[in-house]
Amino acid sequence: MKVKVKLYATFSRYHPGTLAGTPFEVELPEGSTLKDLINQLEIPESEVKVCFVNARIQEMDAPLNDGDDVGIFPPVGGG
Amino acid sequence: MYLVRVNMTNRTYQVTEVPEKYKYLAGRALTSNIVADEVPPLAHPLGPNNKLIFSPGFVTGTSAPTAARISVGGKSPLTGGIKEANAGTSWGADLAVMQIRGLIIEGQPEEKDKFWGLHITWDGKPKVEFFDATAYTKQPLSKVYPPIYEKFGERVSVCSVGAAAEYGYCNSGVCFNDQSKRPSRYAGRGGLGAVMASKGVKFIVLDRQGAPGVEIADKALFEEGRKKMIDALRTHAITKPKGGLNSYGTAILINIMNEAGGLPTKNFSSGRFEEAPKIAGEAIFETNKVRKGKEIFNHACSPGCIIQCSNTVYAEDGSEITSCLEYESAWSLGANCGISNLDDLAMLNHLCNEYGLDTIETGTTLAVAMEAGVIPFGDSKAAINLVHEMGKGTPLGRILGSGTETTGRVYGITRVPTVKGQSIPAYEPRAVKGIGITYATSTMGADHTAGYTIAPEILGVMGKVDPLSPEGKAALSRAFQATTAFIDSSGHCLFIAFAILDIASGYQGMIEEINGVLGTNWTADDVVKFGAEVLKVERKFNEAAGITKAADRLPEFMKQEPLPPHNTVFDVPDEALDAVYAEL
Repeated sequence: MKVKVKLYATFSRYHPGTLAGTPFEVELPEGSTLKDLINQLEIPESEVKVCFVNARIQEMDAPLNDGDDVGIFPPVGGG
Repeated sequence: MYLVRVNMTNRTYQVTEVPEKYKYLAGRALTSNIVADEVPPLAHPLGPNNKLIFSPGFVTGTSAPTAARISVGGKSPLTGGIKEANAGTSWGADLAVMQIRGLIIEGQPEEKDKFWGLHITWDGKPKVEFFDATAYTKQPLSKVYPPIYEKFGERVSVCSVGAAAEYGYCNSGVCFNDQSKRPSRYAGRGGLGAVMASKGVKFIVLDRQGAPGVEIADKALFEEGRKKMIDALRTHAITKPKGGLNSYGTAILINIMNEAGGLPTKNFSSGRFEEAPKIAGEAIFETNKVRKGKEIFNHACSPGCIIQCSNTVYAEDGSEITSCLEYESAWSLGANCGISNLDDLAMLNHLCNEYGLDTIETGTTLAVAMEAGVIPFGDSKAAINLVHEMGKGTPLGRILGSGTETTGRVYGITRVPTVKGQSIPAYEPRAVKGIGITYATSTMGADHTAGYTIAPEILGVMGKVDPLSPEGKAALSRAFQATTAFIDSSGHCLFIAFAILDIASGYQGMIEEINGVLGTNWTADDVVKFGAEVLKVERKFNEAAGITKAADRLPEFMKQEPLPPHNTVFDVPDEALDAVYAEL
């Protein structure tokens, strides 16, 4: 299956050459979870703070489906 | 510690010791208590009976980190209720070092076209002199700050109002200098700039030379607390050096709010802006890197800040367009107006600083004007022209300067995002329910800083709760509002909350710093009690001013129009909104 991924803030270094938030496609085995995706992208799990799947916050064990829209963030804050 | 009372009816002043009843109040707690004690609730905000009060927090002016906040209070011309707005600036620290716990501006001169400056120095105690400042009016603030520094010396701190305040706009802030003498740090919300201008005051210049500094009752305890606070700020991923805030500024939030479907777009008609990444903190950082040929990390707005979240936006030729472009401003003037041209967005921000406008209220007003068809959504050049109209005081400019609600009324628009007359900031209540409760119930009108439930609802700070669920959110908002009222009185920037809500020793450090300064034995329970008392005082003033719990509601369209992408409405029951203060 394929999912659409967007990396933000310092995580853009795991997909260099584009502005943070620029979507790219990732091919994953059926039944993969958010954690599998993060491992495949070689992002250290401990650095991940908040993940969205289709605009909903999800935990690492959330299963992914073909066509999902995923956003991955390190800790961010502001106001 | 002193109270300095300046009477602008006859340009006299009085310096007294802080009375017993105010001894353990500072910052927002002090400004709100003085407003409640001295301003008749039905006074016209721009009339002689309103007062403008400045107060630094408990640890402002000490060596505590990230603690140079100054609170400004009065009755708001925008909401008709009590107002406290605060800013980070050397001005706050200087007032504290001069041992001025409260500066009260009252009365009103008879001559309407004359403006005055106050020059406050240390002469054994605070001393106030008056100078004619009429020649500095009706000009962009960046043109008048340099001659003021030239006149009074490089070491002074400068507070001022811009043209927006001189015209009496409900949208006008009180401006303070940043560390590079830019007129750019605003106590922006609620129209307190117009209150200052209504007193005939254009500048308040502070010269701290010779001043004794803040007295600290228990230096060892203060020092212990300060170290814990520094450790928390330097450790937490959001606040640490080269962490989120220091690298990308507050505009780092554009992308996460967009992902959450909670970034109000084109006058609150969607929770997602397709071009959001172009106006985000990451885009500002990358654009600067290309234009300046190196990575540029952010700077401090005020002395002693170790978070350092203020960015600068540079033009293609490397010159500065504006500093600082905050999340709220990038959102209000950007996504909410459908604008994604970063240079024009930075220019809009710069013009707000030049004319003394609140960037949030300006962006939400422009968006309502766009909805009315005055100019198209996304037309950044036309938006720039409208801000110039505001700065020039043309009839259209005056309508817009009256704020979002008035503009909506003038053009017959129903989608007007305001609570108690103040526009809703950059988190969409239909997608993030807790913050909607804060907007609805805050004593300030719609104000994200009054109870920032975004921390657990979106950012995963202090736990995680589902942003789309209304469950338990009244209690969450109440707890945040009370704690915030304390932090707004401490002198610390609210951003310390990211670190101290996650790191318990940092929270303890804040309390120890303050106990060190005051010689008190406050506990974590006292923090919440103190905050709740402040809220009750504010609430009572509002009720007497005619703003009752019936005003604790979001605009009707938010209950009726589903917001994409979640297609949800604001479904928090009215009883839950009423419970926030009923159970305080």
